Amino acid sequence: MGKISLQKVEKRFGDVSVIPPLDLEVEDGEFVVFVGPSGCGKSTLLRLIAGLEDTTSGKIFIDGADATQLAPAKRGLAMVFQSYALYPHMTVRKNIAFPLKMAGVPQAEIEEKVDYAARVLNLSNYLDRRPGQLSGGQRQRVAIGRAIVRSPSAFLFDEPLSNLDAALRVNMRLEITELHQNLKTTMIYVTHDQVEAMTMADKIVVLQAGVVEQVGSPLELYHRPRNIFVAGFIGSPKMNFIEGAEAAKQDAKTIGIRPEHVTISKDSGAWKGTVTVSEHLGSDTFLHVETDLGLMTVRSGGDVDVHHGDTVWLTPEADKLHRFDDKGLRIA
Amino acid sequence: MARAVTPARKTVNTAAAWIVALIIFFPILWTILTSFKPEPVAVASPPVFLNFDWSFDNYRTVIQQRGYGQFFWNSVVIAFGSTILGMIIAIPAAWAMAFVHGPRTKDLLMWMLSTKMMPAAGVLVPIYLIAVYFKMLDTQILLTVVLMLMNLPIIIWMLYTYFREIPVDILEAARMDGATLFNEIVYVLTPMAVPGIASTLLLNVILAWNESFWTLNLTAFNAAPLTKFIAGFSSPQGLFYAKLSAASVMAFLPILILGWFSQKQLVRGLTFGAVK
Repeated sequence: MGKISLQKVEKRFGDVSVIPPLDLEVEDGEFVVFVGPSGCGKSTLLRLIAGLEDTTSGKIFIDGADATQLAPAKRGLAMVFQSYALYPHMTVRKNIAFPLKMAGVPQAEIEEKVDYAARVLNLSNYLDRRPGQLSGGQRQRVAIGRAIVRSPSAFLFDEPLSNLDAALRVNMRLEITELHQNLKTTMIYVTHDQVEAMTMADKIVVLQAGVVEQVGSPLELYHRPRNIFVAGFIGSPKMNFIEGAEAAKQDAKTIGIRPEHVTISKDSGAWKGTVTVSEHLGSDTFLHVETDLGLMTVRSGGDVDVHHGDTVWLTPEADKLHRFDDKGLRIA
Repeated sequence: MARAVTPARKTVNTAAAWIVALIIFFPILWTILTSFKPEPVAVASPPVFLNFDWSFDNYRTVIQQRGYGQFFWNSVVIAFGSTILGMIIAIPAAWAMAFVHGPRTKDLLMWMLSTKMMPAAGVLVPIYLIAVYFKMLDTQILLTVVLMLMNLPIIIWMLYTYFREIPVDILEAARMDGATLFNEIVYVLTPMAVPGIASTLLLNVILAWNESFWTLNLTAFNAAPLTKFIAGFSSPQGLFYAKLSAASVMAFLPILILGWFSQKQLVRGLTFGAVK
């Protein structure tokens, strides 16, 4: 079981309010991702749940029991840190065994569980090495191993992939998703990378300055962003925003259109512009087009033959337009 | 760009380094030479350098007549005792200052260091009177405690610096893994800080071993360490330079050997944190 519920949780450092009172429900078995720009309070929120920071006010319930005042170890949660935070003076075996040793588990059972974790994570050949002798990906797996042996009610991940190179990051992303499917344990995952959030989450919590901007499934956030911030944060490349007369035509202060919902033509269309940069990725082409409405990004097929300096016409798909009012909120 | 080192320049530099080293080392070398001389040669003018009857007589006399063994043992107990006692207090203190620092931690550290700026003689009378009151003059316990107090600021400062190098993530991981504060310090912090702890230990053993103000003032015979042993040779009957030298050599030799073997550790510890 791993249902976590935050009720009016608030965190202040002195006079600075990092997290204004916030409510959040994490259901048992869910993969929840906290995403937001750096400094938005997502790591602080995770640390509050972990118990590494004290709440200023509000309550945290884990499996229905009030855990607000419990020590980190008593909350039944396991955490994986961005820096891995392995014990450098212990072997991989001892690292993974450490939480069990602290819990006073008998030696035979420790060995059994460590071997199991090592098998699951492909670490069996490295058990007698020290963290310093492992690659980044292996270290991350040791950190995950140390978390799974305890059979926690929920896993907390604090930007676990940020220190890995791009290729490894994609692999580990898959491994963590698979792990979640096998263990079916609640996972809370913090990242600033919206791609990680979109690919891994059952539910995404978008945070800005400690405030929850929107909670929803990845596709909900993509299709129906609640405000301009979420619209701009979710999706890559970023959504194009247009203000002024063009927006007023749609009865909105601002309209937004995703790069993939704009069609490009050399002959005719709604908005005329000049290509400034074209990025050919093979499968896709990202075109940056200077128009009278401002710089727009367009995502188009890999075989599109448009280059720097070409004049093009852009047409948004009418049913994919997002409209926002003067407060930046979505107009239904 | 690396500077060009010509062979001539290298020779000059090497020679200069040796000369400086010899000048610094000369008093110690002279003490060692003197310790092998008969008393009249030791005070001869002009001084005799190597051409004399070498003998261990001074050592024999010093060991047999003055009870070197007991002084040596007192030195060991006081130096190691005060250091270990200091460590037991300083490790948790440095942990608190390094990992749960408050707005006044820096001030507290500076205040502790400031106590080292006061001349020891300033607190001699009160400490002496306290010792008299508790009937602890000339005891190993008194010396151990006093020297521990004298060196505690340095121990805490050194450990604090080393602990600051340890990523707090690792301690938090231990906390998540169910380690109590005690386990966190014993299983995680201390093993990671071993180089720092070792050099702190060594430096403080050396400081305590060579400490002479308190040892001379608070001991008579029972708890007297080697510093008192040496001082005993500047007696009212006159100075016995050769025997004094032999006693000095026997006082610094143990710590010199200890220092020699742990040189690597000591240098690493003292420069730890200077370069990241």
